[in-house]
Amino acid sequence: MKFGVVVFPGTWSDRDCGWVIDQVVGAQLQYLWHKDADLKGSDCVILPGGFAYGDYLRTGAIARFAPVMQEIGEFADRGGLVWGICNGFQILCEAGLLPGALIRNASLEYRCEWTHLAVERTDLAFTSQCAEREVIRVPISHGEGSYFADPAVLSRLEQSGQVVFRYCDSGGRVVPGANPNGSLHNIAGIVNKRGNVLGMMPHPERCAEPELGGADGLKLFRSVAGGALKVLVS
Amino acid sequence: MVDSRRLREVALTPEEYRVIVEKLRRPPNAVELGMLGVLWSEHCSYKTSKTLLRRLPSTGDAVLQGPGENAGAVEIGSGWAAVFKIESHNHPSAIEPYQGAATGVGGIIRDVIAMGARPIALLDSLRFGPLPASRHHFDGVVAGIGGYGNCIGIPTVGGEVYFDECYANNPIVNAMCVGLVRVDRLMRARAEGTGNSLMLVGADTGRDGIHGASFASVELDESSSERRPAVQVGNPFLEKCLLEACMDLAQTDAVVAVQDLGAAGLTSSVAECAGRVAGAGARVDVSLVPRRARGMTPYDVMLSESQERMLVVVQRGRESEVERIFQTWDLTSAVIGDVTDDGHLTVFDQTQVVARLPIDLLTDGAPPRRLAGIAPEPPPSLRLDSLPPLLDPGESLLRLLASPNLCSRRPIFRRYDHMVGDSTLVAPGGDAALLRIKGTRLGLALTTDCNARYCHLDPNLGAQHAVAEAARNIVATGARPLAVTDCLNLANPDRPEVYWELEETIAGLAQACRALEVPIVSGNVSLYNDSSGTSAIHPTPVVGMIGVIDDYAHRLEVGFKHEGDFVLLVGSSLNDLGGSEYLKVEHGTVAGRPPALDLTREAAVNRLMLAAAKAGQLRSAHDCADGGMLVALAECCLLGGMGVRCPALRPEAPLRLDAAFFGETPGRFIVSVASRAMPELQTLARRHHVEISLLGMAGGDTVEFEGQFRLSLDQIRQAWEGGLSF
Repeated sequence: MKFGVVVFPGTWSDRDCGWVIDQVVGAQLQYLWHKDADLKGSDCVILPGGFAYGDYLRTGAIARFAPVMQEIGEFADRGGLVWGICNGFQILCEAGLLPGALIRNASLEYRCEWTHLAVERTDLAFTSQCAEREVIRVPISHGEGSYFADPAVLSRLEQSGQVVFRYCDSGGRVVPGANPNGSLHNIAGIVNKRGNVLGMMPHPERCAEPELGGADGLKLFRSVAGGALKVLVS
Repeated sequence: MVDSRRLREVALTPEEYRVIVEKLRRPPNAVELGMLGVLWSEHCSYKTSKTLLRRLPSTGDAVLQGPGENAGAVEIGSGWAAVFKIESHNHPSAIEPYQGAATGVGGIIRDVIAMGARPIALLDSLRFGPLPASRHHFDGVVAGIGGYGNCIGIPTVGGEVYFDECYANNPIVNAMCVGLVRVDRLMRARAEGTGNSLMLVGADTGRDGIHGASFASVELDESSSERRPAVQVGNPFLEKCLLEACMDLAQTDAVVAVQDLGAAGLTSSVAECAGRVAGAGARVDVSLVPRRARGMTPYDVMLSESQERMLVVVQRGRESEVERIFQTWDLTSAVIGDVTDDGHLTVFDQTQVVARLPIDLLTDGAPPRRLAGIAPEPPPSLRLDSLPPLLDPGESLLRLLASPNLCSRRPIFRRYDHMVGDSTLVAPGGDAALLRIKGTRLGLALTTDCNARYCHLDPNLGAQHAVAEAARNIVATGARPLAVTDCLNLANPDRPEVYWELEETIAGLAQACRALEVPIVSGNVSLYNDSSGTSAIHPTPVVGMIGVIDDYAHRLEVGFKHEGDFVLLVGSSLNDLGGSEYLKVEHGTVAGRPPALDLTREAAVNRLMLAAAKAGQLRSAHDCADGGMLVALAECCLLGGMGVRCPALRPEAPLRLDAAFFGETPGRFIVSVASRAMPELQTLARRHHVEISLLGMAGGDTVEFEGQFRLSLDQIRQAWEGGLSF
């Protein structure tokens, strides 16, 4: 299984994702430079967290024009796995690979803290190692992570089961008090219709080892890595 | 003769001007005068504190680099060096809180990068006037720190915040950065090798921040807001690119040295870099400096404090390698001069020489200022007998926990990314933060500390307390204290009582650092923290300390972990309430002396704690500091999500009940211990001659001292979490 981790100027979760892929999961890792229109044969492309190009204009607004993004769009069209985390999610929305947008947190402040997520899809390459309705604990770190979409898009997302993660309390209840940023419907992560492009604001790469306070994020990385194994075996 | 207005503008005294003319044997021209003005400012030259600072211990087995470089460095094991430094950005933050704090963070990061190290953590020590009046400072500074640190991707893992009237016009913003580098890749900013090229990399040079260093060396007054152009604007994205490019750069051997451009910009960075090599000089051609504003004079270019720039000394002939690295990150780089062996900094504008000054005159020529200190009136003494007895410890506890100086800092640190880097093992909110060193079992503990109220009451003893408390915070994570970086924030030293404070502060720091065997490897002095001759700050010597734990599996945290664990007080309590938070909150007074501090005793208690932690006898540990034993106990409950049940506290005479609950005797910890580990711990404590006493048992959801008070965790949490909501 080959993971490709995209590096824009201003990206900072690249090394954390790389650490988990290489040192914790033991899968193949390569970094993909934003100026190169080459995915180097990656099976799963990760768009990691950070402030690509400084995000001064609007999060992800410049990054979508990077040469590597054209390739990622075509890769996604062919069914390749694309995984946007935090800034990566924002970029995927800007690039039109996922619907909706991430706007300023309702608190108008940056938030770095642990959240609970209800996993609503376990049939995806990204979540196959999660149990049905499992609650996982994953930290967030963003200033603009409030998911927004117009009512039509929102109802389409809900009807076709594209919401993968929802902020919830430790008991799995999706309540306003568990929503850290004002996201509509407590949405923390969504997938495209085909199920191969995932965007999520929380950072699974920050919780893949128990000493960091939790290892639930590892399930997502193992899902992707293990999924490829299955393909190889079959 | 130059007119006095012009001298004031460059912050030089007539006497200093006379020295310059004498040494040069000619009057300096305007560019030279400006260059000398910034480098001879207190901020750059340390002319007031220099002779005193020599008294600080700066050597030790682990020390790889002491004061004098961009940052200090110590060896921490497995071939790794920790590089760290703390620096003030008080004056800019007073005028323009957001950018002042942001560029403070940016500047200290570049100091660490210049040593070849990758920055892994930031800490911020902050002081403001009381809320809500100082909301403008508080909000701006907290947002600025987050705005810069979050964007650049370095976790902000610790620090402190205090509120006191004395900071209302003069907030304190000290930023500390810690980085990692392989011992054999540690770099030093020495301009070696005649003929090697000087390259300026990163941001283009603009007119921002001209005279910033001079501005930081005078008191603030009504015209200070007109100095806003002297405050720079930060661009964390650019610095992130600069950081990555410098990391790539450190992998090549094309580079001789890297130097940060901070206060006094190009002038100081070139002079300092050359000044570290005997006989070295430099030539700089200002026409080669990439600019972002038109019509800049040589004076502007040499004094600009535009952020996110670095000076790189490159092996002659290998400039294109360096240029390529910066191109990759879309950064500008330009050869602006070279290293010479004439001991002079010569500034050209194309072919014309616009300034030529001896390097040692720039870096070391400022005549030391020998001031006389006079001890002020001692603060009001405290007569414990005159205090009414403690009536309801529970109610007092709630008020203390809700006080702005003790309440939860979560509303602040949740605005900072404290997790990026995948290394944060102990997050903000406890004693010290603890980061793992990936690929090893090593943990690096980091903290900043200073109780400025103690320093106000007794600057010498207060400074000792700052070191002792920092060490206790490190020890509370299971790590052993290793080394210190200090930031001395004081008022105008021209006033004899302030100079006395400076002398006493340095004496106290030196004594405590020697006793606890923690050398000071880097630091910063910020003077003139007063406004228009009034509202001087308390002496605030912030101590940044690092420590190491060999195997982070033995790390300790504050919160209680298991129901039924024994809760113990390590160390003994004195009958004292001097300078305590309790006196301030409950009796509205700041009086007495800080609690007595026996440094030998501190070291013994710390040794016991580390031995017990290593032997796995402790389940949790927390240092007793501001607010005393009961506040520490409540914090153990809050952070562990678990209560505690204790028999009534009946201290033996002469120890009063209020002093037992809320006195701030140093050398004490609250620990929790599994019952089966008790005998071993008792044996260990006896061997170290340290008293331990049983307070109670962890568990439940109340904090109770039987017959004295009983509070639910929810009540306590409500008080503690609401302290900053104004």
